[in-house]
Amino acid sequence: MADFRTPFSRAHGLGAAGHGVGHWITERVTSIALIPLVLWGVFAVLRLARSDYDMAVAWLASPVNAVLLALLTVISFMHMNSGMRVVIEDYIHRRVTKAALLLLNLFVCVLFGALALFSILKVALSGGAY
Amino acid sequence: MVELALPKNSRVQKGRHHPAPAGAKSVKTFKVYRYDPEGTENPRWDTYDVDTDACGPMVLDALIHIKNTMDPTLAFRRSCREGVCGSCAMNIGGRNTLACTHGWEEVPGQTCTISPLPHMPVVKDLVPDMTMFYAQYASIEPWLHTKTPEPQGEWLQTPEDREKLDGLYECILCACCTTSCPSYWWNGDKYLGPAALLHAYRWLIDSRDEATGERLDDLEDPFKLYRCHTIMNCAQVCPKGLNPAKAIAEVKKMLVDRVV
Repeated sequence: MADFRTPFSRAHGLGAAGHGVGHWITERVTSIALIPLVLWGVFAVLRLARSDYDMAVAWLASPVNAVLLALLTVISFMHMNSGMRVVIEDYIHRRVTKAALLLLNLFVCVLFGALALFSILKVALSGGAY
Repeated sequence: MVELALPKNSRVQKGRHHPAPAGAKSVKTFKVYRYDPEGTENPRWDTYDVDTDACGPMVLDALIHIKNTMDPTLAFRRSCREGVCGSCAMNIGGRNTLACTHGWEEVPGQTCTISPLPHMPVVKDLVPDMTMFYAQYASIEPWLHTKTPEPQGEWLQTPEDREKLDGLYECILCACCTTSCPSYWWNGDKYLGPAALLHAYRWLIDSRDEATGERLDDLEDPFKLYRCHTIMNCAQVCPKGLNPAKAIAEVKKMLVDRVV
């Protein structure tokens, strides 16, 4: 007990951050959006499983399919990022480790999300020509 | 805090066995956590074979029986012995509850395991250090805040508004909920815990209180409030049958109402 701060001072800590409700709403909104998107995604993959390359490219060239697939990808990565963030905040307490993991979480989600989005747009806009 | 390698003094060893007096017809074994942080020994599990014909029906009766007749060194808190004061909250058979309102016959099996409230510093045996718990309760300022000059008589409230406090004011601050919450285990230094948040909601929903906005300001924080992941242990263990998780959900709804 080398700490003479009062319990009341420790309970207050640094005070309230004044945010959190935005993150809470983001979690819920992305969850709700993902319900129809994932159902559509499963249905689409099952249909595509029986098609060949040209049919798949043609399928993705349709604006509805391209936009829905892009949304599914982007929102999934947003949802994963906010979920992983909570897990890291829950369990990691060392300042440096926590900061590193939070950055890693953000960078990995943005990188793979951007790669996936670009790939979808490339196929959708160029018709699959390399 | 999550730690993979536990400190040495958290290894609980096998302790002493106290047999039942000769001639005891029915016996229930109580396996009790014993620890003196000021000593050099690790915690241990002592076992007491209690003559159930000689002791009352509740776990607290058994503990008092043990202290009176078998082992006066056992330390535990108790006061009202009827579920009003919240002093004898402890972990009985793996669940946080009040020793005074929990019958030992309700604990299945031959052995009834009793340990202090989880994840709290131990003062001695079954007595946890509640300092931070009370400080966190104080931090939500659990009293009426008003700016309007005080009326001649009471602050009036409709019966409907009074009903909103039901299920909240009954909390006796025994800490069964807060110490059953994994979020509080991992982040108890920042997360206020279910009991303090239930009381925060009790003042947020009070029609007479005039500091609702300031109270919400003080709660909107990723750790103070939003470490609640609706794990629901709090509602499962509350010996008064309250639902802190619902109160916390209502606080979150109020915060959404502010921005949407």
